[in-house]
Amino acid sequence: MIPRAATATSAHGSLYAGGIRSWLTTVDHKRIGVLYGISALSYFVVGGVEALIIRLQLASADGTLVGADTFNQLFTMHGTTMVFLVLMPLSAALFNYMIPLMIGARDVAFPRLNAFSFWTFLFGSILLNLSFFAGSPPNAGWFGYANLTSRQYNPGMGIDFWLLSVQIMGVASIASAINFTVTILNMRAPGMSLMRVPLFVWMALVVQVLMLLAFPPITVAFIFLLFDRFFGTHFYIPSAGGTPILWQHLFWIFGHPEVYILILPSFGVVSEVLPTFSRKPLFGAPFMIFSGILIGFLGFGVWSHHMFTTGLGAVADTAFSLATMLIAIPTGVKIFNWIATLWGGHIHFKTPLYFAVGMVGLFIIGGLSGIMHASPPVDIQQHDSYFVVAHLHYVFFGGTVFGLFAGIYYWWPKITGRMIGEGLGKLHFWLMVIGMNLTFFPMHFLGLDGMPRRIYTYAADLGWDRWNLIATVGAFVIAVSVLVFFINAARSLIAGEKATADPWDAATLEWTISSPPPEYNFAEVPQVNSARPYWLYKHGPTRDISRHTKAEGSQPQPENPSQRIDLPSPSGWPILAALGLSLVGGGALVGLWAVLIGVAILVFGVYRWAFQPLERPGHPSFGPASTGRR
Amino acid sequence: MDSHATSFGVPNRKLAMWVFIASECMFFGSLIATYLSYEGKSLVGPTPHEILNIPLTSVSTFVLLMSSLAMVLALEAVQSGDRRMTRLWLGGVIVLGGLFLSGQVYEFREFYHEGLTLQQNLFGATFFVLTGFHGAHVTVGVIWMVTLLVMSLRGTLGPERSLDVEVAGLYWHFVDVVWIVIFTVVYLIQ
Amino acid sequence: MAEHSTHETAHAPAHASKGTYWLIALILGILTLLEVAVFYVPLLRAAIVPILLTLSTAKFALVAMFFMHLKFDKPILTTVFAGGIVVATVIILAMMLLFGVVGPGAHM
Repeated sequence: MIPRAATATSAHGSLYAGGIRSWLTTVDHKRIGVLYGISALSYFVVGGVEALIIRLQLASADGTLVGADTFNQLFTMHGTTMVFLVLMPLSAALFNYMIPLMIGARDVAFPRLNAFSFWTFLFGSILLNLSFFAGSPPNAGWFGYANLTSRQYNPGMGIDFWLLSVQIMGVASIASAINFTVTILNMRAPGMSLMRVPLFVWMALVVQVLMLLAFPPITVAFIFLLFDRFFGTHFYIPSAGGTPILWQHLFWIFGHPEVYILILPSFGVVSEVLPTFSRKPLFGAPFMIFSGILIGFLGFGVWSHHMFTTGLGAVADTAFSLATMLIAIPTGVKIFNWIATLWGGHIHFKTPLYFAVGMVGLFIIGGLSGIMHASPPVDIQQHDSYFVVAHLHYVFFGGTVFGLFAGIYYWWPKITGRMIGEGLGKLHFWLMVIGMNLTFFPMHFLGLDGMPRRIYTYAADLGWDRWNLIATVGAFVIAVSVLVFFINAARSLIAGEKATADPWDAATLEWTISSPPPEYNFAEVPQVNSARPYWLYKHGPTRDISRHTKAEGSQPQPENPSQRIDLPSPSGWPILAALGLSLVGGGALVGLWAVLIGVAILVFGVYRWAFQPLERPGHPSFGPASTGRR
Repeated sequence: MDSHATSFGVPNRKLAMWVFIASECMFFGSLIATYLSYEGKSLVGPTPHEILNIPLTSVSTFVLLMSSLAMVLALEAVQSGDRRMTRLWLGGVIVLGGLFLSGQVYEFREFYHEGLTLQQNLFGATFFVLTGFHGAHVTVGVIWMVTLLVMSLRGTLGPERSLDVEVAGLYWHFVDVVWIVIFTVVYLIQ
Repeated sequence: MAEHSTHETAHAPAHASKGTYWLIALILGILTLLEVAVFYVPLLRAAIVPILLTLSTAKFALVAMFFMHLKFDKPILTTVFAGGIVVATVIILAMMLLFGVVGPGAHM
């Protein structure tokens, strides 16, 4: 008898049940993933509103909606929010929820550290937005170039809010990176060799390594700026022999890997979605893995292509230009492999597929403008113009956002236990694609026509009105599309059709468990014999895993464990430690005494955490002879 | 997070510490890169040549190296269940680490008296931030060792917790290794 | 947590002995002395950079291989460490080149 995968039952409905306290003390990667997701989507609205105000101001010449200072604050907050409060946490949401499921694990390596990362991120993000209430949001762009950010030219608290909050969120990222690196390397189910790890998880691994290596340089850049602003050092001050270019180097040594951190998760999602909805294995999976690794590695060698206008000299310009063009190769490999995956497949036209295909197409456009930037003579014309704004939004919005929405729609049934509407989903897609192109394609023309970035208005006789107006219309179309998504999501959560364990007939381990999963994920630790373990079980060998038999595939998981499973207890120390750390940062805006209180709370929280056993009496326990809950 | 063995046959916490160390390589690497990039670019003195005290720092370097010896011997003692030697060697790490920090404090104060402050010039800024953050790492390490020593004195640091000591040791040795680089690059190669 | 430790020590691989640790410490001390000597001996001063880089690399390797146990541990740990060192070294060299500290036309 073929075991049927457990469907969502009331026993598993308890996954999200429980009051606020259970959410504040959770160490379950699935709940943490949900927390990241809700936070990120909320900030998506915040960052989107900031964008809409920008677009309204620029819709016509001589705009008067906001003044110059406010405009600077808006694009600074929009950029910072989208990069650090939306795209990264949205990726984190999917990493958190799906990685343990896709590798057959019961949680991440360090569940409490995982919780700490989330709360640190959340408090850091709140600190950033507190700047609005302090009347002093940062105003020097998401990249904060020196010496506009010096105390001399930026005496207010805005930059301090920015520095301290991003620094705090950086700690969350590094902690997460350590956690997921160890999880992916060390907690795979038996038989899951590295080459059998799903592409989404592989891309996630590359992203973790990038975070580990790229965040320290920006931490250092921020430390130098904080010291300049608070302690009077001269790291970026030319009159003392320093140079603002140091900031640019340190920032972009982080900044360029950061854009790969932002795109690789979407690449991973597409590599999961396209095979599922083409009913074919991913074309050239090993090449996809190696090209992902290569992109990550090369990503460290190109940073000064953001600095072609700073007078680096011909040798440096050439070196960075060549390295940048080189990165196009592994990226191209991926695109051709995605196309080859779809080619000849039996296509199922579902919403996740739409977003995945949309991602590929829009990313190609963004990649083409990117490859133009790789040439210094061309870039010198395009730098700081709207051409760059077009490029970055095609890759971040067309690439990252579309890819992440593909992931959201794909894994929605697994996470929520409900199906999400296909009709509204496709409406969301079409509105978003049309809106996105309306908004950002004209920016290519505006850039080539000489419209600089970050200007709060422009004169009427420049002829930029028409495209700007169209872009603004497009932005509101995007807004409507996002509204459609939220309506779709709400309808699904309230009254959506219950999801089975495997609504898409997919290949990977997460579909062998119920939707939503039981708290312990897997009743039995799966034995993995293939990169597509569930397909092998359901459909037998495909041409490239023909040496296996159906019996070697991964079965649907039984409803209940046959052996006792013990899970970690919830813990309040991670959130307390996160609070302490945030007070250390935020306290710097108030006074030394506040910082010291933060240190005390942090140290206290860390010690209590270190000496608290992972499993205390009354910890969650399942299966025969389980000790039950407290 | 227990049951089956780890994929690479290395305990999670040990792998995690190494992963953290790899990240710290980039942290100190960025600080060192800046120090080197700004070397010789101060507009006013004091200069490294005028102010760095090689004999004192050589002794500090030696002290820190010996603390690493004490650390491995402490680990060995924990693994073999030798309580007395565990406490002795952990104490050794703490004393030697504390000695190193005292040397740093002394050096910093001397430099301040001789006119090298954080704000004075690029050398002051890059030097104090680089060695200061290193010293902060040593301080965290010393606090960690004190915690382990207290556990040992309470009898809760037996062989079953040797992984805790091993992981602390990795951190300590890394901090030592960073100093090896700093000593060479900042003090000896001027 | 206990399971991890016993699992670890149960198959503890080859180990350096206490004597080896003392020997390594002695070598480290000697290498440090040599480094300082290079600093003070004028004859060696000319080649100070390559000599010191070699000596400090040796110290680095000894601490990593023996005190940090990499020589006896699974290769993944060395890979992880090496990854961090390699990228950090590349960044340091690149920055030095970009700031004119080394390379053609270096003014040091």
